[in-house]
Amino acid sequence: MPGNFATASDVIRFLPEIILAVMGTLLMILDPLLHRRSSNAFGHLSILALAGALGGAIYAYLNGGPAFGGMLMVDGFATFFGVLVIVAGILTILPSYRFLARQGAETSEYHALLLFSVAGQCLMVAANDLIMVFIGLEISSISSYILAGYLREDKRANEASLKYFLLGSFATAFFLYGVALIYGSTGTINLAGVNVVLSGPGAPSLVFVGVAAALMFVGLGFKVSAAPFQVWTPDVYQGAPTPISAFLSAGPKAAAFAVFLRIFTTAFAPIGHGWEPLVWASALLSMTIGNFAALQQSNIKRMLAYSSIAHAGYVLVALTARSEVGTAAAMFYLAAYAFMNIGAFAVVSHLSGKGERYQNIEDFSGLAQKQPLAAAMFSIFLLSLIGVPLTGGFFGKFYIFKAALESHLVWLTVLGLLNSAVAAYYYLRILVMMYMREPAEATEAVEPLSPGLRLALIVPAIGTLFLGIFPNWVLDFAGKSSVLLK
Amino acid sequence: MPTSYTELYFPVLVQALIAMGLAGGLLTASYILGKRVRNRVKDMPYESGIVPTGDARQRFSVKFYLVAMLFILFDIEAIFLYPWVVVYRELKMFAFVEMLVFVILILSGFFYMWKKGALDWSGTDLSRRRR
Amino acid sequence: MMSAVPVYWFLMLSAVLFALGVAGFLFRRNIITVFMSIELMLNAVNLSFVTFSYQLKQVNGHLFTFFVMVVAAAEAAVGLAIILTVFKNRSTLNIDEVNSLKN
Repeated sequence: MPGNFATASDVIRFLPEIILAVMGTLLMILDPLLHRRSSNAFGHLSILALAGALGGAIYAYLNGGPAFGGMLMVDGFATFFGVLVIVAGILTILPSYRFLARQGAETSEYHALLLFSVAGQCLMVAANDLIMVFIGLEISSISSYILAGYLREDKRANEASLKYFLLGSFATAFFLYGVALIYGSTGTINLAGVNVVLSGPGAPSLVFVGVAAALMFVGLGFKVSAAPFQVWTPDVYQGAPTPISAFLSAGPKAAAFAVFLRIFTTAFAPIGHGWEPLVWASALLSMTIGNFAALQQSNIKRMLAYSSIAHAGYVLVALTARSEVGTAAAMFYLAAYAFMNIGAFAVVSHLSGKGERYQNIEDFSGLAQKQPLAAAMFSIFLLSLIGVPLTGGFFGKFYIFKAALESHLVWLTVLGLLNSAVAAYYYLRILVMMYMREPAEATEAVEPLSPGLRLALIVPAIGTLFLGIFPNWVLDFAGKSSVLLK
Repeated sequence: MPTSYTELYFPVLVQALIAMGLAGGLLTASYILGKRVRNRVKDMPYESGIVPTGDARQRFSVKFYLVAMLFILFDIEAIFLYPWVVVYRELKMFAFVEMLVFVILILSGFFYMWKKGALDWSGTDLSRRRR
Repeated sequence: MMSAVPVYWFLMLSAVLFALGVAGFLFRRNIITVFMSIELMLNAVNLSFVTFSYQLKQVNGHLFTFFVMVVAAAEAAVGLAIILTVFKNRSTLNIDEVNSLKN
């Protein structure tokens, strides 16, 4: 592997990760030094770090290209997802101020781990080498395992953390075995290199590579919570602290999808006809299981978890299309999904109260009377999750199914659209609760919106509406980046 | 010259057979030839007179888990030093700076756990370890 | 050292170890054992990496195992901490009894 020396351009292209890692470490060291509990300072610092990383990511993009001998690739695709996971990090911290204060659990570790997790995701999306992907994946995952169980005395959080950890590491092992087999059969782990070997003469036997691709599919399928590897999702989203559930559904998921897209459309492009049926089936299964299970949930976090499985299914439809249009559609969809889902979880976090008592759908009854702003914002997110026009969710679905039709996936499109119709029911149920019922115990007890939460609701709402009204700006960038991918 | 791996590893097989035969043979011989005495003193772990004080299976304080875990972490980090040593002469300054960054990161982790009281063995100050 | 044990034997061993890990993960009920199964899987992969590295006459594969080992150690530290908190809260290590999250 040539080019071992880190040049200045390598460092610049690695800037967001460096900023996040340094600031995360700094936060950890600061905690024992500051004897006074000053949680807001930690929050401010980590937002500052993420803002710095955002700037770093954009600066890296302007000086883009391969870094560290081709182990990283800073292109439009990496920057798109890098910005996405960093923004997801910021939007997670905003509702966390109030949430942590309410649970009496303000520490710097929470923020440090969040920064490490985001750093891992930045590494994942820029990785152009399977071992880099693995390291990024693990940095992101290990931090999230702890974050899911952050409230140590809470039995539910413990359990969520345990399940997330066990199934997450199980999945990682599968992914890693796939990497090993690819390394053995092609002699390289560079994504472009694998592509060259697989499409060139004397390509290794399809069985061997197929097994490797299948193993990696299992590993990544777990991480994006695609069926049939979705079993952990409802438990983890329900048990984890609500802002962390929001984060898990946006950041790690988007990064895992980025890796998914990059690996399967570059390295495994030559064997595309082989993995397409696999992804096809998984997409359909995810949509169906997610939507039909969500119908029966009474716990809102659990319902959002099943809805997140269904949405993973929609993104897999875009992946099945195996085209640049499909990749661009998936990128757009993930951006829209991050906004609307983080926003929705922020409302849940606002309402849940001390010890996260109120998590049922009934608890939202009459929210519109008590807090019109929160209810209105929640409505925007729910409408976007349904896919109503003028919201980001609409164009996300529109582009995905358009890409699927262009690749002649008629059946998958029809079944996907039917699924979206089913999904409308359970989202609308919450709208009915909020606007047509009298206030209940939870809504009576709801506290006024804190400034952080207000921002955490308004920013994603603006993002959702922006993507719904002016989709072209983001879509153009996604389209350009998806071409860069090969 | 051995021509196949079966031939190459034949001595290993022989050695394994001899080892097993010897062990099995000695045990069998002592079983057949030896005199069997069974009483309470004979069955004690230390027949020669040290009086057992309790069960060998003890529960350990959970503090040991913390120490063991920290040991494993810092121990494993050291494996990066081996490849580093091999290429140090070639990469010179670059390798030095890289290792400096690595060591500073490890030291900050060490500082963190120290300040958090993870190295506090007395056990009286457990509250500092809690958040 | 031409006529050493053929490479595919190592790969078979690695595959068997990996499969044992998967089986242990799926069928064991003690959380610690389940966790050990995961470690077994990771180490099986390490064996594959080293074998391939030997076969390809590259040094890369050996380096990957270093990364995998470090990651596995970090995972072990975090995992054991999580298992410990679960045990503190529930006084059980049976995975079937950790099931309070439902609809």
